Amino acid sequence: MSPLTVEITPEIIKEHGLKPDEYERIVKILGRTPNLTELGVYSVMWSEHCGYKHSKAVLRKFTTKGDRVLQGPGENAGIMDIGEGWAVAFKVESHNHPSAVEPYQGAATGVGGILRDIFTMGARPIANLNSLRFGPLTNPKVKHLFTGVVKGIADYGNCMGIPTVAGEVVFDETYTDNCLVNAMSVGLVRHEHIIRGKATGVGNAVIYIGATTGRDGIHGATFASTEISQESQEKRSAVQVADPFMEKLLMEATLELIQSDILVGIQDMGAAGLTCSTCEMASRGGAGIEIDVTKVPQREPGMTPYEILLSESQERMLLVAKPGCEQRVHDILAKWDLHAATIGTVTDTGLMVVKENGKTVVEVPAESLTEPPIYHPEKSEPAILKKHREFDEAIIAQPSDYNEVLLKLLTDPTIASKRWVYQQYDHMVRTNSFIRPGSDAAVIRVKETKKGLAMTIDGNGSYCAVDPYEGGKIAVAEAARNIACSGAVPIGMTDCLNYGSPEKPEVFYMFERSVTGVADASAYLKIPVTGGNVSLYNESPQGAIDPTPIVGMIGLFEDVDLRVTQWFKKDGDLIYLLGNIGDSIGASRYLHLLHGKKTGLCPRLDLKTEKYLYHGLRTMAEWKVLESAHDCSDGGFAVAVAESCFTGATHEAGFKGAEVVLPGTGRLDGRLFGEAQSRVIVSCDPRNAFRLEDIARHFQIPIQKIGQVGGDALVIGSAVKVPVSRAADLFFTSIEKAMA
Amino acid sequence: MKFSVVVFPGSNCDHDCETVLKDVMKQPVEMIWHKDTDIKNPDCVIVPGGFSYGDYLRTGAIARFSPVMKSVADFASKGGLVMGICNGFQILCEAQLLPGALLRNRSLQFICKEVYLRVDQTQTPFTNACKPGQVLKIPIAHGEGNYFIDTEGLKKLNDQNQVVVRYCDLDGKSTPDSNPNGSLDSIAGICNEKKNIFGLMPHPDRSAEAGLGSQDGKLFWESLLNAAVKV
Repeated sequence: MSPLTVEITPEIIKEHGLKPDEYERIVKILGRTPNLTELGVYSVMWSEHCGYKHSKAVLRKFTTKGDRVLQGPGENAGIMDIGEGWAVAFKVESHNHPSAVEPYQGAATGVGGILRDIFTMGARPIANLNSLRFGPLTNPKVKHLFTGVVKGIADYGNCMGIPTVAGEVVFDETYTDNCLVNAMSVGLVRHEHIIRGKATGVGNAVIYIGATTGRDGIHGATFASTEISQESQEKRSAVQVADPFMEKLLMEATLELIQSDILVGIQDMGAAGLTCSTCEMASRGGAGIEIDVTKVPQREPGMTPYEILLSESQERMLLVAKPGCEQRVHDILAKWDLHAATIGTVTDTGLMVVKENGKTVVEVPAESLTEPPIYHPEKSEPAILKKHREFDEAIIAQPSDYNEVLLKLLTDPTIASKRWVYQQYDHMVRTNSFIRPGSDAAVIRVKETKKGLAMTIDGNGSYCAVDPYEGGKIAVAEAARNIACSGAVPIGMTDCLNYGSPEKPEVFYMFERSVTGVADASAYLKIPVTGGNVSLYNESPQGAIDPTPIVGMIGLFEDVDLRVTQWFKKDGDLIYLLGNIGDSIGASRYLHLLHGKKTGLCPRLDLKTEKYLYHGLRTMAEWKVLESAHDCSDGGFAVAVAESCFTGATHEAGFKGAEVVLPGTGRLDGRLFGEAQSRVIVSCDPRNAFRLEDIARHFQIPIQKIGQVGGDALVIGSAVKVPVSRAADLFFTSIEKAMA
Repeated sequence: MKFSVVVFPGSNCDHDCETVLKDVMKQPVEMIWHKDTDIKNPDCVIVPGGFSYGDYLRTGAIARFSPVMKSVADFASKGGLVMGICNGFQILCEAQLLPGALLRNRSLQFICKEVYLRVDQTQTPFTNACKPGQVLKIPIAHGEGNYFIDTEGLKKLNDQNQVVVRYCDLDGKSTPDSNPNGSLDSIAGICNEKKNIFGLMPHPDRSAEAGLGSQDGKLFWESLLNAAVKV
């Protein structure tokens, strides 16, 4: 039966994930009932994944402007000026749902998608990062997901020749059925080569390039906007298949096209494929587009316009050529042995028109597709939050053997070295990786200048679960602290917001509060949000995941030689604690891992203290007084000191002992393993001690000399004394042993 | 000394070789597209690392049929210097310019890390700046670097001093632990009988600047410049 004659029933509307009043809205826009193809087009564009209909109102809280912002949200990626005519493009995106069903392809296509977002803007990708969350590693299904996701990311990034330089991996029960795979990419672009995804100029050719269109990934965006269930395991065809070699060719060809100055606009085909790229380009350009699906290169015969428009086959782009440049586009594509097909033209009608052999199959206002209904869902505070706040830490007995606790924390896969992961990623290709994985932030030099870029990705769902607002603030602050510890100035961020169903008032409350926390911290610290991604419906029959905002951040070095790593460098150096020690165990990894409780008062974050800390750290780096700097996060003070002892990306180069006092008063376990904010462990040569202390005082940063590097043991007051070699061995081999 | 770097679709380390030759070693470099047959009359051809043709079918298996490879083979047969790094080594083996083959790593995983190499042959144009037995710290990044050759082939390699570098530990000893990928006899790089063609899995292009953690890779590039002077 022809899609033009299929009767649209309430069942068909429901199958497309559209609500009855949304359907009414479509009828009103068109002034008639849509045909099946048009219904499909609206359903993907108005899905949460593409349309942000539940989240858009909340996302307006973000500060998106700043002196360096050249491109904020709304394009394929954000772009910031870094001086000397250069700019950095970056963005994070989720591929949670596909990865939960098909980990290898799901993760690989996630990397492919985010890379396209970067090079579509004219930027050459220079680094990849990722934030991954799974259930406990003792679960065989989790091992399968973890193995597949890491291999998917590795195979794609490695083949593309883009180093994967930083990331985080968390293992927690809340993610057992809904793993999180957030991929971030960073690129460099000359200002004059920045290009946007818009279609203008009536009569200009609309050209399709890259892989052929197949039946894979149809309705991927809609699939990503529902909860994971048994049924979704059967929707595996909604997951696309990755071809990194094709993407490498596409990247080189795209950059050559852009640098040849023959394009008006270009956009990748990601979620919602050809549909999304045509209507978004037309909408941004205030124009219309008319295409003929019969001209689209197809992988198999007999595909309907519905399938062609909704396919999410990977490694495809849509572009609009400048007048008279069509042939040059084809020549460049031929050099790279890629398909190019002129499939339509730009019009001035404001309509997205799709024809099949001259017969119109879709005719809708382009702008209406990019303007879905905006919802303000109901919200209500979950009762559990009060219980978390009022949790009495005094009922938790303090351990008797602190050595054992420290070693247990260092062996916890969430805290332990991620060497098993990053050794599978080529993190050195392009020869710019000046700080490689394992330190607080990775540092990539900008070859053509003296500059460097620090980058990190961070989040903490456990904090947000007990206090969404404070947790949201901390997500930003921890990322910025990582950047500051490396010696760079945080300049911009991108965020990936991972939550359950927004249609549940308690989930939406957590979403709104934590996003407000992210927005407030970003505004106060003057680190604008230049783009990001929302992933909702991360739910299974067991419930929603912990609210998990992930922050990807970029820092700038004017001089990359000022970079600092987290590792102690030489015996005799002095060790200092910047910040106050604290003694609460609330919401800590320690409380969760050793006492089985995810509760308590989340650490408080004072933004002013935090801001002064960054200024102090940067000044210390500029004066070259820091031998190392490492922020205290999961596992607290004791784990941070231990990690500072483990040298470099591998422990083959050795490790350093250290003897420090345990500052403060109060609970011993809280001082050792509590996760109070705004704390950094630094070391310096004794000759620079005076200057270091002076800078700290100038920025009103609490500073305390706590000990010295040396020996072959890690000693913390009278509570901890362990051989560093043993601690390092457990730390580096924990995940390897779990995966063996 | 004039270098030509071959670029296949999917080459990734072509940029890295260009950087090291141009910016660090200050030598003229031509980038040669794989469809070209004119390799621009160089003193040395570099076949860089990466994933030529996506490593589809088998690493290096398709690249060897590129038009440029005929010119590279002609150049080598006349005694021209050819160095293949990582995927470049795999391509030279597939093209039978070097003996043996590179199989999947023993761990079946891609491995990116710094390893130690022992220089077992210094009488080559690629290693003459090294001391015999010198231990170098150089990164690897490959999924298929497990060198294999039959018994007879291995004997020939050893008899004719063709094994140039082997994986080892910090003290220069080759042990099962110091062998990252399961290579036969810890072989990391070999040359042909005439010693004008050299292939190795580790990356001298990624270890020639202080900021990258090791400058030991520079010794290979310096050796080539020494060799050029002698010619």
